[in-house]
Amino acid sequence: MIGLTMKTSMRSFCRHVAGCRGSAQVDAQASAQICARAGSSQRRSTQPRWWMTLSVLLASVFLTGCGDKLQWYVVSPSTPAGQANLKFMMGGLKYTLLLSVTAIVISVFIGLLVALPGLSKNIFARGFNRVYVALVRAVPLLVLILWVYYGLPIMMGVAINAFWAGVIALALSDSAFEAEIFRAGIQSIDRGQLEASDSLGLGYIDRMRYVVLPQAIRRVLPPLGNQLIYMLKMSSLVSIIGMEDLTRRANEVVTAEYRPLETYTVLMLEYLVLILVVTAGVRWLERRLTTRDAR
Amino acid sequence: MTNVDASSPVIQLRNLSKFYGTFQALTDVSLDVASGERMVICGPSGSGKSTLIRCVNQLESHDAGQVIVNSVELGNDRRALRAVRTNVGMVFQQFNLFPHLTVLDNLTLGPMRSRKLSKEVATTLAQRYLERVRIPEQADKYPSQLSGGQQQRVAIARSLCMEPDVMLFDEPTSALDPEMISEVLEVMVELADTGMTMMVVTHEMGFARKVADTLVFMDEGKIVEQSSPADFFSNPKTERGRLFLEQILQH
Repeated sequence: MIGLTMKTSMRSFCRHVAGCRGSAQVDAQASAQICARAGSSQRRSTQPRWWMTLSVLLASVFLTGCGDKLQWYVVSPSTPAGQANLKFMMGGLKYTLLLSVTAIVISVFIGLLVALPGLSKNIFARGFNRVYVALVRAVPLLVLILWVYYGLPIMMGVAINAFWAGVIALALSDSAFEAEIFRAGIQSIDRGQLEASDSLGLGYIDRMRYVVLPQAIRRVLPPLGNQLIYMLKMSSLVSIIGMEDLTRRANEVVTAEYRPLETYTVLMLEYLVLILVVTAGVRWLERRLTTRDAR
Repeated sequence: MTNVDASSPVIQLRNLSKFYGTFQALTDVSLDVASGERMVICGPSGSGKSTLIRCVNQLESHDAGQVIVNSVELGNDRRALRAVRTNVGMVFQQFNLFPHLTVLDNLTLGPMRSRKLSKEVATTLAQRYLERVRIPEQADKYPSQLSGGQQQRVAIARSLCMEPDVMLFDEPTSALDPEMISEVLEVMVELADTGMTMMVVTHEMGFARKVADTLVFMDEGKIVEQSSPADFFSNPKTERGRLFLEQILQH
């Protein structure tokens, strides 16, 4: 099946190389290189690098499959105009990263603060947790972004720029999910660990800090990684209020060049590569933490 | 054989009752443990012996009666409870070591955080007690790299690092492979020889015979018999006690 796809795409690839003034070939090579670089951080892993193969495959299909409908010159690295467009589009990376990372740090922090009362014996503390999670989780992210950007300044009487509106909306919306992840992680810690801490006379804060959280965080790394990836993707929504992120920059190129197919394809590849790099990073962290306590 | 100071019981349980829902786990249990006394609690499973020992440091709260440790009655005062817990060591059936910490860090956590000792003092203390349980060379390993017997000895050392007045053992050998039971019991016998006050829930009757000053036999949440081990083993006063001995000594 894969072999067949490969053969078909290779055939169409060869057929169109001449037509596209060779730029498709250059693009395919460039993206293959990017993917290969993303893969190298995983080199020591024993897992099959199926996603590398898949992404190279996808890239070649995208770049060659549609023939005369494609005009790659708008994003070709071999022409000055294409270079300028690509550089402009990549310029959004800084804000996508800054926005996502700031938002996830804040949302992990809020998530933890919301998760802890959810595990309390106190009915009001638990109630706060349930209500927060239920309310925040029910608001669609796009609606929250619009509300924070256009609504909050009226309520607070201060203007919020697009970046911070994006951070607030992403962090708030994600914090409800983080809270549930942390609650699950903390609840999964064996009762015996709590009893051992109690019998050593540790207080609540020491028990959380030295015994429960270090173990819980190892267990919730996979879902935390999920949320980080989700955050990177959802940050594209912030382009709607004018954040100069990857998506916004791509939109601007589309408006100027009127080549949506090529531009958005490159945009998708940008997100793909970004997320593969993050995935590799999360896996690396997981391996590092689990080999350290030899479990 | 004993250095029991009967005038000042370290642990006093007065008319203790405990319910799990409608099930009564303990019924009106009263018990004194004197300083330096070695008490072994035995009985069939479900007789309330684990619940009893866990009430002493309030891992289980009681529903009626009093628990008095070092003249402090335990109730809702969290601060007093924590102070008492630093003076009462506990060893669990499942060891309950902290899997993400090395053996040394397992041992120094309590002294550093609860007793506010410096890292240097806590480390010296930890090394001393690791030598006492005869595994000083394992200090930098993680619990999962040790055998069950070694893990339980680390757990004993972890409690001893708090330099407690009393040690509670809740079936310390029940989760161990047979060949590892003796290495843990040896450490416990040595500990008894130092004059430590001990309350031990166990099925190891050999240990009870060798070490205990007092043997408490429980059934259905009540104390059925309380006597010296010699008396209990040779001449149980109750029919229930005789039946229990017959069953465990059969094989």
